[in-house]
Amino acid sequence: MRVKIFVRLKEGVLDPQGKAVERSLHTLGYEEVGDVRVGKYIELEIAAPSRQAAEKRAREMCDKLLANPVIEDYRFEIQE
Amino acid sequence: MRWGVIVFPGSCDDQDVYDCLKHVLKQKVEFLWHKDRLGRDIDCVVLPGGFSYGDYLRCGAMARFSPIMQGVVEFARNGGLVLGICNGFQILCEAGLLPGALTRNASLQFVCRQVHLRVEEIDTPFTSAAKKGQLLKLPVKHGEGCYYADPATLERLQKNRQILVRYVDGKGRPTAAANPNGSLENIAGVCNEARNVFGLMPHPEDASEKLLGSEDGAKIFSSVIAACGTRGKRAWVA
Repeated sequence: MRVKIFVRLKEGVLDPQGKAVERSLHTLGYEEVGDVRVGKYIELEIAAPSRQAAEKRAREMCDKLLANPVIEDYRFEIQE
Repeated sequence: MRWGVIVFPGSCDDQDVYDCLKHVLKQKVEFLWHKDRLGRDIDCVVLPGGFSYGDYLRCGAMARFSPIMQGVVEFARNGGLVLGICNGFQILCEAGLLPGALTRNASLQFVCRQVHLRVEEIDTPFTSAAKKGQLLKLPVKHGEGCYYADPATLERLQKNRQILVRYVDGKGRPTAAANPNGSLENIAGVCNEARNVFGLMPHPEDASEKLLGSEDGAKIFSSVIAACGTRGKRAWVA
């Protein structure tokens, strides 16, 4: 199964990268843009007997390593 | 007392810490390879600066799972002294030994310059040789040193007086201009609740002899030496 994981900074955590990207977009004329946040996208292949089992393993991986719960939130999608 | 300096793949200030402890402060010190086990005869473990595991994913995120870290966590839980400098501070936060996290500098730029630190608390084995409110001149060199903690954690840090050093200007004022990375409340270093684990972004090892422009960093190391000397190595073991 293919797991697609999205990690992003929590609300309230400063995102200077997002701010810089936003400024660049404004410079390019996209002035309607606001509140840019830059996150991470991780894809991985997982061998699991069921979708439920894959979900459980993916959640563990996110909690332990792929995201830092102090500053980041995550969500993931599973494709069979 | 005996110091141990952990070497992770990608550490680069391990040599600076070793040199400072051995040749400037005349200490017994050894390198500890990250794949080894933590020896029983170490009194203070130092996690040095650098770019462990290439700073991949997040700074310190992978070093946290190095084999030696299990021993460090146990050592810290038993009251052993642990000092994390720069990348070492990031690793201690990732490992949950210190609260909060270190994120990208607000300026998005790598900063490399001298800063002034104000010593906020002196009832710890890392700051006891300083005076309360004393200013220390140390260098910073990092791209991810912006300290963050959620409001509840910040309140706990303040209540327990765990903020040990703050970025200030030459007159001791914690201004925005004196803050090199956008850290919350100008926080440069924090300790755990038990006060035996301390992490800071500035580098005391690079400011411990006249040749380097400041000797103020030695205050941190001499505090540890005094703590171990007067209380003995078992004193910090719960």
